[in-house]
Amino acid sequence: MRPKEEGMTKYRQIVSRLFYTVLLAAAWLQTGPSFAQSGPQPWQMNFRPSATPVMDDIVEFHNLLLVIEVLIVLFVLGLMVYICVKFNAKANPIPSKTTHNAFLEVVWTVIPIIILIVITVPSVKLLVFMDKAPKEKVEMTLKVIGHQWYWSYEYPDAGNLAFDSNIIPDEEIDVSKGQIRLLEVDNRIAIPVDTTIRVIMTSEDVLHNWAVPAFGIKMDTVPGRINESWIRVPAARAGVYRGQCSELCGVNHGYMPIVIEAKSKQDFAKWLDKAKKEFANEASPTKVVQKDTIVR
Amino acid sequence: MSDTATAATHDDHAHHDHKPTGWKRWVYSTNHKDIGTMYITLAVISAILGMGASMAIRLELAVPGIQFITDTQFYNVLVTAHGFLMVFFVVMPTLIGGFGNWFIPLMIGTPDMAFPRMNNISFWLLAGGFILLVLSGFVQGGAGTGWTVYPPLSNADYHPTPAVDFAILSLHLAGASSILGAINFITTIINMRAPGMTFHRMPLFIWASLITAFLLLLAIPVLAGALTMLLTDRNFGTTFFDPSGGGDPIFWQHLFWFFGHPEVYIMIVPAFGVVSQVVSTFSKKPIFGYLGMAYAMASIGVVGFVVWAHHMFTVGFNVETRIYFVLATMVIAVPTGIKIFSWLATMWGGSIEFKTPMLYAMGFIFLFVVGGVTGITLANAGVDIAFHDTYFVIAHFHYVLSIATIYGIFCGMFYWLPKMCGNMYDETLGQWQFWITFIGVNVLFFPQHFLGMAGMPRRIPDYPDAYAGWNLVSSIGGAISLVGALLFLYILWKTIVSGEKAPANPWGEGATTLEWTVDSPAPFHTHEQIPEIPEEEHGEKVYVSPGAK
Repeated sequence: MRPKEEGMTKYRQIVSRLFYTVLLAAAWLQTGPSFAQSGPQPWQMNFRPSATPVMDDIVEFHNLLLVIEVLIVLFVLGLMVYICVKFNAKANPIPSKTTHNAFLEVVWTVIPIIILIVITVPSVKLLVFMDKAPKEKVEMTLKVIGHQWYWSYEYPDAGNLAFDSNIIPDEEIDVSKGQIRLLEVDNRIAIPVDTTIRVIMTSEDVLHNWAVPAFGIKMDTVPGRINESWIRVPAARAGVYRGQCSELCGVNHGYMPIVIEAKSKQDFAKWLDKAKKEFANEASPTKVVQKDTIVR
Repeated sequence: MSDTATAATHDDHAHHDHKPTGWKRWVYSTNHKDIGTMYITLAVISAILGMGASMAIRLELAVPGIQFITDTQFYNVLVTAHGFLMVFFVVMPTLIGGFGNWFIPLMIGTPDMAFPRMNNISFWLLAGGFILLVLSGFVQGGAGTGWTVYPPLSNADYHPTPAVDFAILSLHLAGASSILGAINFITTIINMRAPGMTFHRMPLFIWASLITAFLLLLAIPVLAGALTMLLTDRNFGTTFFDPSGGGDPIFWQHLFWFFGHPEVYIMIVPAFGVVSQVVSTFSKKPIFGYLGMAYAMASIGVVGFVVWAHHMFTVGFNVETRIYFVLATMVIAVPTGIKIFSWLATMWGGSIEFKTPMLYAMGFIFLFVVGGVTGITLANAGVDIAFHDTYFVIAHFHYVLSIATIYGIFCGMFYWLPKMCGNMYDETLGQWQFWITFIGVNVLFFPQHFLGMAGMPRRIPDYPDAYAGWNLVSSIGGAISLVGALLFLYILWKTIVSGEKAPANPWGEGATTLEWTVDSPAPFHTHEQIPEIPEEEHGEKVYVSPGAK
């Protein structure tokens, strides 16, 4: 647990965070989001910038849905305003007794069906596309294992490279280095751009969920099961991407972020060499981690 | 038995309103109105606790960082308690136990429920469940599992204390209460309608209650089975949900959501019924497309049983399974659309009086549409990947539950309060209460769509600083909603204590159902002479039973 702070320090902390937020908001309004800073932005009202073809399609499909839905809401709102104006007790003292209109009833059954069919086609296309990368196209595999309360990663194609990725606590966050509170880890993972990467996921204890919004990935890690998804980041979108655990997993659910660097193939190779040396001692794909079984 | 004995000792037989007095009147009650009142009272108490939990959550989330809730397990307990309280001890007791008990016998023209004693045990089981749930919060760390109680987090390895067992047993009691209540409702509605009130002439609130009762009867046993398996997993070494013994955590999710999805219709369908009565009353028109309305609710209930896995799009289903659940889920939009447009058509051509219940009914219709369209977004498994477990989901289900269902409750409370307590509420205060709540809940929940799109996960006690802006706005909305809720409690108290005496039918020509033919407050015994429902009125067949003229 984080240490209890003095009341005054806490108050100052809150004020400075609010101030910082306003500054960030002002900066963002002028520049807009960029790939270099692909975490969430203050007052953001839309998706984070997409980094993969899957997320591109999600955004595009969502735009279609949004237009249809806003039109439906406006249509109903318009009808209600008209009804309020035309059919209030003053404007219309004698109510009609109409209770049926077969034509209208058919219309408001059939039109929604047509709208749903319009939605269904791209929806199914998207589902099939995002499901799994075809086997022959997979160039690399990344293994993700959820733990209470950190992620561990393995690169089966790079020998036995395996390491844990823990959150950097608030006290050690260095804003001047561009570190983001709650979205920073000690060991970031890296992936090469222009590479189709299969991600397989499981959990060692409770349910977790490995989610990276910019990649259009959100997949439960389930003990006893292996789930699969895929990533392909185009070269133009190299950068740092962040996510958070998205399935309630206990006391520190809010404190297990995900940070991924999408690097050029050369940089990735360099990173791999370095990581292999750094984690040489930890490496063991069949590592067993002790369960943290106590709630408090 | 004892009733007749007591009655014999009294000599005021001419006066048909004698009743047991003191604590016996309530604890031993077999009177549908008293039991309904007890349900609503329990719901008000739970609502205060449940709203307290949500206000604590919004206070913590108002600014980034850990402010007040330094124990994150306690935060999870609050999230869990908020969900359980609101679903099982606020919404269901008010709409089903409260309004259902009070108005089913009154509206179908029968003196009481079919099984008055079962009605009594049904309430007291729920009260027991409520006590167990509150206790679970005080047992060694509480249950921080979320209302979905997903194992393995909820099994004995990760929640070793009895807190989760308390919660499970609490739900068992609440579930048994619901099953008994459902049997009572179904029997009463099928067998005890006044002569002339055929199925196709029942008021829509009765249709809604009947459908809800069937949903309860079919869904709750599945929850009970799942809870029992979890209980034995936790205490007797079974491994239904534990992969190390051949079980599967996803199995729990299937069982839970097979109950959980019908459960959301259990909460919204009675509100459909209330809103239908109110829209018809204040438009002074019969319901438009009555049969379509009734069968739309029935088909929502049926389809609601085969869409459960849309709550589980991220568990790793194969693509065909997801396609099925996408399609099945979107089908529900069709009967829902029929209901929305039929309500609008009921108002169309009406002579609408914008009293507080009508404001709530119209607010319900509009905000249910807002929450409904985001449901279409979430139904599509492809985009759901972007929204699952984010604040977008919170915004969606609070628009349909916290807003629409609670609007249904407010709507019914203002509509029937004169009948239940005999006094009129203050119309000006009621309108203020509506507008404060309307602004509050929208400021509270609309920004959460943005937070969800930006990727903020649910159920976290602290969030990255970038989410601060909309969270602060949301918390301000929470504070406004709190004012609305407190004002409602004040109106309730003021109406009961010093409201103006209400006539039998305060709403005029539009209120045609049978509850408006009896005095306000409804006497202890009503419909001692079974009312007859005329076959025809105005030269055409009437669907909603006519009453006071």
